[in-house]
Amino acid sequence: MDDLLTLVGQYNVLGAFAVNIELTLWSGLFSLILGVVLVMMRISPIPSLRGFSSAYVELFKNMPLTIIMVLMVLAVFGQLKIQFSKTFSVNFFWLAVTGLTLYTAAFVCESLRSGINTVPLGQAEAARSLGLNFTQSATMIILPQAFRGAVAPLGNTFIALLKNSTVAAAASVSTETSSLMSTMIEYNANVIVTIFLIFAFGYVILIIPIGLLTTWLSNTLAVRR
Amino acid sequence: MNNGHDRGAAPIQSSAARRPRKDGQSASVLFDEPGPRARRLIAVGNTIGILVLLAVAAIVLMRLANPPQGQNQLSGALWGPAVSSEAWVDFYLPGLVNTVRAAVVAVVGAVLFGIIFGIGRLMPLWPVRWICSVVVEFCRAVPVLLFMIFFWRWFAALDMGDSASFYAVVVSLILYNGSVIAELVRSGVGNLPKGQREAAVALGMSPLRSLISVEVPQAIIAMLPAGVTQLVVVLKDTALGSIIMYTDLLQQARRLGSAHFNILQTLVVAAVVYFIICWLLSRLAEWLPEHMQRRTAEPAEPEAVAPIAILDPSNVNQIAVAREIEQQPLGGAPRQYHVHHRGTNASIHDWRRTRYVQGYDETHPESQAEIKPSGQGDDSGDDAGRGESR
Amino acid sequence: MRSFAQKALAVAAAVSAVASLTACGGSSAATDSGGKKITIGIKFDQPGLGFKQGSSYTGFDVDVARYVAKDLGYSDSQIVWKEAPSKQREALLQNGDVDMVVATYSITDKRKQVVDFAGPYFVAGQDLLVRANEKSIKGPNSLNGKNLCSVTGSTSAQTVKDHFANKVQLMEQTGYAECVTALISGTVDAVTTDDIILAGLASAKGGGNLKLVGKPFTQERYGIGVKKGDTAMVKKINAALKKMEADGSWQKDLASATKGTGYKPNSKYNPPTDFDAQSSSTDF
Repeated sequence: MDDLLTLVGQYNVLGAFAVNIELTLWSGLFSLILGVVLVMMRISPIPSLRGFSSAYVELFKNMPLTIIMVLMVLAVFGQLKIQFSKTFSVNFFWLAVTGLTLYTAAFVCESLRSGINTVPLGQAEAARSLGLNFTQSATMIILPQAFRGAVAPLGNTFIALLKNSTVAAAASVSTETSSLMSTMIEYNANVIVTIFLIFAFGYVILIIPIGLLTTWLSNTLAVRR
Repeated sequence: MNNGHDRGAAPIQSSAARRPRKDGQSASVLFDEPGPRARRLIAVGNTIGILVLLAVAAIVLMRLANPPQGQNQLSGALWGPAVSSEAWVDFYLPGLVNTVRAAVVAVVGAVLFGIIFGIGRLMPLWPVRWICSVVVEFCRAVPVLLFMIFFWRWFAALDMGDSASFYAVVVSLILYNGSVIAELVRSGVGNLPKGQREAAVALGMSPLRSLISVEVPQAIIAMLPAGVTQLVVVLKDTALGSIIMYTDLLQQARRLGSAHFNILQTLVVAAVVYFIICWLLSRLAEWLPEHMQRRTAEPAEPEAVAPIAILDPSNVNQIAVAREIEQQPLGGAPRQYHVHHRGTNASIHDWRRTRYVQGYDETHPESQAEIKPSGQGDDSGDDAGRGESR
Repeated sequence: MRSFAQKALAVAAAVSAVASLTACGGSSAATDSGGKKITIGIKFDQPGLGFKQGSSYTGFDVDVARYVAKDLGYSDSQIVWKEAPSKQREALLQNGDVDMVVATYSITDKRKQVVDFAGPYFVAGQDLLVRANEKSIKGPNSLNGKNLCSVTGSTSAQTVKDHFANKVQLMEQTGYAECVTALISGTVDAVTTDDIILAGLASAKGGGNLKLVGKPFTQERYGIGVKKGDTAMVKKINAALKKMEADGSWQKDLASATKGTGYKPNSKYNPPTDFDAQSSSTDF
C-alpha cells in the first residue's frame, strides 16, 4: 500500500489519465460530427456520395490505428506540414485527436447506420408522404430516431475510443497513460504488477460509469412504439 | 441481404430483396427516384466532387513531390527500395509471417479462452460464475496496449528471452479477444430457443450436460463468423506489437525504412498489405454466416457484446423483454416495445449487420408478414422480437 | 460428457502443440544441433552498428562480436544472433539467453550491479545530427528554440534539455529512422544520441544530406556485457579486443562501418586501451 501511494505521488498518474480523457472527449466530439456527415452521405440520393462514404468506412475500418497515428506525425505533419501549433506537445496532441477522429468516425457511421435500421419504414414513408424532401426527412425524422436507437453501439464506440486513446503514444503524445506506465515500469521494475494494476483499475473505473450511462440512456431514449 | 435478417427491422436504406428495382437505381424510401433534372444536378455535383477530390490529391502529391524542405517523396530512389523484391523477401514477408503467426495463435487461444470462460459464466455454481465474470469484465476494460507493455516487461523479467514480445502480444490479444468471445458464447447460449434445452432435459440429460453437449456447441457454431470478424480485430491489433518491439509487419517496415530512410514509403506499403488482408477477412466474415445457417437452431450471426458485459444494454433489454412476457402468462397482451440489438462492439464490422429489432408494430404489414402464428401463444420470453428472423 | 471432455482435451492439446511449434519456429538452432554454439545479442535495427537484412548481419558491433567469437573459438556458422533491444539487455544476460551482448551497451554503475562488462571496445559520445546545410547549430548549447528528436525511452534528449538548452522542444519517436525522416523534412532541427549511431544513420543515407556536429558532449563507453560473475569470459574477451586493435581489424571495421560519413571517433579515447571497464560512462 505504501508502494502504491509513493508511486502515485511520484508520478502524475491522474494527469496522464486526464490526457487520455481529453483525447477521448475531443475525438469523440469530432468523430460524432464526421460520423453524422458520413451517414448522411451514406443514405443520400447521390450515388457518388454513397460511394465515398462506404469507401471511407472500409478504408479506416480495415487499417490498424497504429499506422494511422504514425502517419499522422510523419506524413501529415512531417511532409504535408499541417500543424496545429508551434509547440510540439500541443501539436502532437491535436494530431493524435485528428488520427483518432478519422478512425473512430468510420465506426460512428456504422453505429448510426445500425440505429437507422431501428427506425420503422413507416416513419420514412410518412415523412415522404408529408412532402418532406430527403434532407428534411433525414434530419427531422430519421436521424433523431436513429440516434436514440444507436445509443448502445455509440456508447461502445466511445468506450473503444477511450481505450484506443492509449495508441496516441504512437503519435508522440508522451504524457498519456501507456507512456507513463512504460516509464514507471522502467524505473520501478520490482513493483511492475502494482503499476499495471493502478492503470488497469483506472480504466475499469472510467469505463464502468460509461457503461452504466449507456445502458441507462439506451433504455430511457429507446423510442417506445 | 443476409437471409433477410433486417427485413423486420425496416431498413430505410437498401432493401433490394423486398423491392425489386432496376439495376443501378437506389432503393430507398427517403427520396424519389431522381428525375431528369435531378439526374443532371447529380451529374454536375458528381463532376464537381470528383474535381475537388482530384484537386486535393494533386495538391497533396505536389506537396509530396516538392516539399519545402527535404526530398521528393515520390522519387524512385525512395520507392524503389520500398517495393523491391529484396524488401519483400527480407522484411515484409518475414514481418507478415510474424503478424499472421501472432494473429492465428491469438485467435485460437482467444476461442479456447472464450469457450472456457463463456461456459464458466453459465455454470450453476455461483463462485465459478462470479470469478469468470470478474475476469472477463476486467479483460475487456483494460486497453490492449497496456496489457502488451505490462506482459512484455514482465515476461522479459521472467525467463522468456527474446520471445517475450511474441508472448506478450499473443497473451494480451487472447485476454481481450477471449473475453469478447466469452460474451459471444454466453449470449449465444442465452439466445438459443428454449426448446433446445427442454428437449435435452426430456432426453434425460442433466442441465450441465445439456449445456455442454447441446447448447454450447450450437452457440459456438453460431459464433464462428464472429470469430472471423475477431480475426480482423486481432490482426489490426497485432500492429500494436511494434510498439513493444515485436518484429511484425509494421516493425519490419520501420526497419527497412531505417536502412534507406524511406520510412514513409515502407509504412504505406505495410498499410496497403494490412488493408488488403483485413478487407479480405471482412468479406469472408460476411460470406460465412450464410453458409453456417443450417448447422444451428439460430441464425449463425454474431451476438451483441458491449465492452462491459454485465452492463450490456442489449442483454438488459433481453431481460426486460423476458420479464414483460413473464408478466403475461397467457401471452395475450401485445408486446409493447422490444429493443433487441445484435452485433458486437468487438468490431464495428458487425454493426453493419446488426439486427435491431425495435419498434415492433403489430399492425404494420411489414412486421405482420414475418411473424409466424406459432410464436404468439408461446411464453418463451427470449423469442420476443426475434420471430421474424426465422 | 466424457466424449466431449476428451474432444476438448484433444483440441486443446493439438492447439497448444501448434502454438508451441509456431512459437519455437523463430528461435533457431540454439540448442538442437549438437555442435558448439555461441549466442550473441546485438541490435537488429541500427544501420552501421547492428543491422539485420534477411539472414545477414552488418555493422561495427557485429564485426567486433564476430572477431571476439572467432578468438574464443567459434566460427561464423557457430554464432547464433539474437536481438537485444535496449530494455531487454540485462534480462537476456541474467536469464542466460545470450552469452554476450554487443549492442551499443554503455558501461554504467547501475548496469554493473547486474551484469559484468568486458571492454570498452569503443568510446562514443553524445552528439547531434543535423542537416548538411545547417549553420546555426554548433553544439548542444545552441539548441534553444530548436526542435530535437530522440527515441522513446532514451534519456539523451532529456540530457540536452536539462544541462544545455532548456528551451529546446523534444519530439519522441519509436525509432531513429523516424527521427531522421523528421530531420530531413525539416520537422526537427537535430537528432541526438551517441555519435557512432548517428554516423551509422548518416552513412545509411549517404549522399551528404546530413552531417554530424562533431562535438560530443558526453562519454559513452561501449562494453560487451556478460553474465554477472563470469570473470573468465571477461578476461578472454578483453584479450580478444586487445588483439583486434593490435592487428588493425578494429580500425578497418570501424572505417568500413562509418564509410562516407566523415566520422572520426574521438581519438583521445579511441581505440580504448584500458580494458578494465572500471570507470563508468559520464552519466548525467
